[in-house]
Amino acid sequence: MTLLETKNISIGFPSRHGIFIAVKNVSLTVKPGEILGVVGESGAGKSTVGNAIIALLEPPGEVIEGSVWFNGARIDDLSAEEKRLMRGKKIGMIFQDPQTSLDPLKTIRQQLVETIDLHLKLGKKGSNQRALELMEQVGIPEASLRLDHYPHQFSGGMRQRVVIALALCGDPELIIADEPTTALDVSVQKQILDLMRELCVSKNVGMILVTHDMGVIAEVADRVAVMYNSELMEVGETSQILSNPQHEYTKSLISAIPRPDKRVDRFPLVSYIEKVVENESEFNVKDHWLGQSRDFDMKVADDGRILEVKDLCMRFQQTNSIFKHKRRYLDAVKNVNFTIKEGETFGIVGESGSGKSTIARMITGLYTPYSGLVNFLGKEISAISHTPEVLPYRRQMQMVFQDPFSSLNSRMRVMNIVAEPILFHKLAKTREEAEHIVLDLLKLVGMSDDAYQKYPHQFSGGQRQRISIARALATRPRFLVCDEPTSALDVSVQAQILNLLKDLQEELNLTMMFISHDLPVIRQMCDRVAVMQSGRILELSDTEDLFIKPQSDYSKHLLSLMPNLKMISK
Amino acid sequence: MFSFLVKRVMQSLIVLLAVALIAFSLFSFVGDPINNMVGQDTTLEEREALRERLGLNDPFHIQFYNFIKNAAVGDFGISYRHKVPVKDLIIERAPATIELSFISALLSIFIGIPMGVYTAIQRKGFISRSFMTISLVGISLPTFLIGILFIFLFGVILRWLPTFGRGEVVDLGFWTTGLLTWSGIKSLILPSITLALFQMTLIMRLVRTEMLEVLMTDYIKFARARGLKENAVNFGHALKNTLIPVITIIGLQLGLVIAFAIITETVFQWPGMGMLFIQAIEEVDVPVMAAYLMMISVIFVGINLLVDILYAYVDPRLTVDGGAKHG
Repeated sequence: MTLLETKNISIGFPSRHGIFIAVKNVSLTVKPGEILGVVGESGAGKSTVGNAIIALLEPPGEVIEGSVWFNGARIDDLSAEEKRLMRGKKIGMIFQDPQTSLDPLKTIRQQLVETIDLHLKLGKKGSNQRALELMEQVGIPEASLRLDHYPHQFSGGMRQRVVIALALCGDPELIIADEPTTALDVSVQKQILDLMRELCVSKNVGMILVTHDMGVIAEVADRVAVMYNSELMEVGETSQILSNPQHEYTKSLISAIPRPDKRVDRFPLVSYIEKVVENESEFNVKDHWLGQSRDFDMKVADDGRILEVKDLCMRFQQTNSIFKHKRRYLDAVKNVNFTIKEGETFGIVGESGSGKSTIARMITGLYTPYSGLVNFLGKEISAISHTPEVLPYRRQMQMVFQDPFSSLNSRMRVMNIVAEPILFHKLAKTREEAEHIVLDLLKLVGMSDDAYQKYPHQFSGGQRQRISIARALATRPRFLVCDEPTSALDVSVQAQILNLLKDLQEELNLTMMFISHDLPVIRQMCDRVAVMQSGRILELSDTEDLFIKPQSDYSKHLLSLMPNLKMISK
Repeated sequence: MFSFLVKRVMQSLIVLLAVALIAFSLFSFVGDPINNMVGQDTTLEEREALRERLGLNDPFHIQFYNFIKNAAVGDFGISYRHKVPVKDLIIERAPATIELSFISALLSIFIGIPMGVYTAIQRKGFISRSFMTISLVGISLPTFLIGILFIFLFGVILRWLPTFGRGEVVDLGFWTTGLLTWSGIKSLILPSITLALFQMTLIMRLVRTEMLEVLMTDYIKFARARGLKENAVNFGHALKNTLIPVITIIGLQLGLVIAFAIITETVFQWPGMGMLFIQAIEEVDVPVMAAYLMMISVIFVGINLLVDILYAYVDPRLTVDGGAKHG
């Protein structure tokens, strides 16, 4: 029998310009104990389906067609009060970001007991007892002690466990999990997914798992529904969708996932998804602006080293106190050494908090190292970091940030964003010349002709990241630091951006430092990799060596956590 | 927590010292006090003797030191005009101002916050829209104009309420209060509403904006997804989170209530410290001005210190140590 069924639902958001249809004609079913994955890229409407089922659509959104059935009863036409009674009791929900889904001012006990008492009417003592049981069920150690802690005292993974416990308070028969592991590290992700799988089986709970990540789907889902552009593309068994996708969209989506098992030259182009102006015209560095005047007196050392980092340390103050012994510090980076040769791509991989971004920020001068040296093009730039002397060196290295939404000034037009570094470093004689260069750069990164006069918010995430790259190239750098450049992007867009970076590197002979938490991406992009954990480099080897015969236990552990995509046939 | 407190107290002291310096320099720059104190027929010798007796011939830093030393125990010298210690003048006038400000503060908080919450929850309702429109008046009209309008409407046309003075007051020895007599309470109504109106509308709008933001957060959505009742979501979860940033602003605003009292007191002939200050300015009564300045700054700094402590008390993220760190 089916637990939940949506029959041809369409969801619309009425606005001044007519109704915006977010979901078109979607029919899904979930059985008890089954995990249905709903996969798609941002804007596909997958979260909207989940919100509609639990009746939490943002107003003015509404189900304009079709019906939702739960255990054989129609639920989309219930009154507001009946819908509220259903939430938590029959259908629970888990949100993406455990950092923000708990009330920061209440203890876990208060939040659990409130919800349990509401649904199960167990009284004070019974609810407390039940809260403790739930905490143990979701695998929180020292549950009785942790109950009285506030959300900020938990780590991300533990917090997501608390969120799951809260969603289970009313013993729901169906759980909608909206990107439940996207904000978590791989090792934590694996634990949370295992927990969710186990709960579904042991309690015979059905689950709708909304995610953009095929790896997550491959890990836990029984069946998969693929959505694109508000519509359902195909539904099927997980193994069938991964190994033998029927729909063109599914095929191209799967082909865009970086492969963990072997290195390919380029990612397959996903023409189905986003129309991009591919820069077809042959590009010649010799007579191009980007190739000019790179021959100043800063020479790469004879052995090809462009960057050398020696005993680099960074410490942040965590607790301030007037008493010295009470101050607490966090050593984010401890005695890190490495060199990068010209033309190579050097990867740093590690989980959040391992110090990889801190290193990037110290190299580019955003942080001042606590101790240690950064030697770039034969000059110790860490020593001159706040003098005008450093500018010609800074110009040689640029950074591409993770979040394309916050790394572009939303009040500036794209023209000014990209022209700013050119004008600052006086790389063009006149403003007209600078503007000409900007147009050229935008074309180089695959933006359309009219992009220069728009504002960042008019672009999608992938396009913004292209603009970021154009801005980074605007100073004619030799060394590019990419800090998780694609982790905020959809897979298809990620494939495009990574291709772009590869092309640019080849054409401009760029040296890259590429930071990522995503091992398959690292494998595709990097020549050598450093594996980091809590501020230290545990292993530094050639990429292929790392993947074939990892040396340290931590690397082996990380590799074992890679999503299992063996089902994908290529 | 302890180091936070020490730091804040130190900062407060620095602020107070800076204000003291400004207050003190009034003595040196706003004319020669001797001229104001003595008659025309005083001889030069007598003036010089008075100068010596008042310590006005000492070097600047000694005078400043003495000023601070005396100010610390509440001694601001003798009023040039009233010829009585400033301390006594202030003690006599303070109850009127404090009662007025206190009632206004209560009004603005206990009406402003519920109105803000209401307008945030019933965003599109008719009453909310009317509140929002009326609040524009409160924000944009200057206090004295509102006061005069009130006097005109309730005092002159309707003749419901007295328009000046405190009415009958009861002397409790250390404190004179208007709250114990009917006429005292009636006299308080117009000035306190006038004074409260601006803060009230400001707090209302602030709470509304904050609350709307909190209602958009994930934890509110998650609370709804757990089936919690609307009231439990709005008042149990959203309100407390709303109030945290609001507390800071309210603290600053309460200081302003006392400062704004000058205007309201003038309009309503309220015999408080504001009136005293206005008169002191007219008469160049420097000790009174200096004392008033010091007192207001002590109140301001004190309230802000309290707010900071309260803030740390309400928000567990600031007080509870240990556990996992974010980031």
